[in-house]
Amino acid sequence: MVAARTTRRLLKGTVLLLGMLPFLLLLQATINDQLGANPIQALHFSLGDWALRFLMIGLALTPIKIITQQAWPLRYRRMMGLLAFFYASLHVLVYLVLDLSGSWTAFMDEVPKSPYILVGLLTYLLLIPLAITSIKYFKKKLGRRWFTLHKLVYVAVLSACLHYLWLVKLDVSQPLLYMGLLGILLSIRVVNSYRNRGA
Amino acid sequence: MNRHIHTQSNALRAEITDKAVFDSRRAFIKSTAMLSAGLLLPNLGQAQTEPTPALAITARAHATNYTNYYEFSTNKEDSTQLAKALKTTPWSVEVSGEIEKPGLYHLEDILKANAIQERIYRFRCVEAWSMVVPWQGFPLGEMLARFKPTSRAKFVEFTTLYNPEVMIGQRSAILNWPYVEGLRMDEAMHPLTILATGMYGEDLPNQNGAPLRLIVPWKYGFKSIKAIVKIHFRETMPDTAWHKSAPREYGFYANVNPEVSHPRWSQSRERVLGSSIFSPKRATELFNGYGAEVASLYTGMDLTQSI
Repeated sequence: MVAARTTRRLLKGTVLLLGMLPFLLLLQATINDQLGANPIQALHFSLGDWALRFLMIGLALTPIKIITQQAWPLRYRRMMGLLAFFYASLHVLVYLVLDLSGSWTAFMDEVPKSPYILVGLLTYLLLIPLAITSIKYFKKKLGRRWFTLHKLVYVAVLSACLHYLWLVKLDVSQPLLYMGLLGILLSIRVVNSYRNRGA
Repeated sequence: MNRHIHTQSNALRAEITDKAVFDSRRAFIKSTAMLSAGLLLPNLGQAQTEPTPALAITARAHATNYTNYYEFSTNKEDSTQLAKALKTTPWSVEVSGEIEKPGLYHLEDILKANAIQERIYRFRCVEAWSMVVPWQGFPLGEMLARFKPTSRAKFVEFTTLYNPEVMIGQRSAILNWPYVEGLRMDEAMHPLTILATGMYGEDLPNQNGAPLRLIVPWKYGFKSIKAIVKIHFRETMPDTAWHKSAPREYGFYANVNPEVSHPRWSQSRERVLGSSIFSPKRATELFNGYGAEVASLYTGMDLTQSI
């Protein structure tokens, strides 16, 4: 019993460390000036990519549970969500503090002219209450409402994809790939819930 | 210590950062980056643009590894490797249309007829980044005049090589291939407009548009078409590649203008390639800082409409 719990914790620790690996590599590349000609953009884009990837991994866990009939994927949902929030926070922070140099004037000039930045900020605002209420205390306190609130993640991932789709100049292959994956993940859930209803 | 190169106009003046100063700055940037990695917030409230409009030359490695060359890839770094497959010799340019001397001209003959000179220009991309590059080339107008354009020649159209076997980006229809760009005759004849064959004192690397590309310093970078194989003189305005794919976003003129935003982003500031992660963006200048030379070309035109 104790051994099983230790293994589980060790496994979780390893996954968390893996999840932090992109951050550590980016930090190293930043310090060593290896981000190329436009380092802020490289940093900003990479952090955004990872935020979306962890959001997608988090959303893939329930479909994996449905398919494998195993409970373990659900143990990683909170971690993936928080990793997504971590990368999204850095993504936003790099934009505000480095790209705009923390200037309000620059913010007011750029953001209203860019629908995709507005959508990106909206996405981030949606993630904040989810990250805050991810601690056990709130899950207990909110009860059923917690699950309703956390359905916001679907809106967040859709607006994250829209944010990506809207910013690219012409080559929409990457955002479409994410949207395709998202479509598959969501349809597995839909099919499953219909099946459960029918049974 | 800074040296200055003086050419015919202020817009061509360049401030070259001495290598020692450059290196020490870099070391300083590295150490501050480590110190302030966890202390980014104190930067809040800092001014957002540089006060000095100096032309500091961009490191060659940056200018040659950050290219928009969709014929090879939509990734700015991948085109460096992919473009190596392009053979640039022999090369010829087909010159046609409203001229007295049409024909197929070999590149070596074009180069023999035009003395190569250096021009240090700021290059401003429509994606809101910029760099300063020492180009080698010759004024386009001097070459065009030798083809003896007729009175019906009002526009010049340029076409990039179409070869999807080598230019693998042309296999997908992200743009209408081949890439086409154009200039009004007076823009093409303007002394600031050059055809470039080299940069940083060497032949143009393939990813930067070898062996022959256009440079129009007061316009967004996509006007400066690469790997030119056709020059066609015409009476009507040519439809250009980016305009065809997104007419609302990319106009024929594409003059750099901080007041006219791209429909999806602001054009009032630009990120200078190679600048540290803590340096603010630069304020974009009307006509990319070449207004004294070129503004008269557009007298009476509404720059907010003719994008």
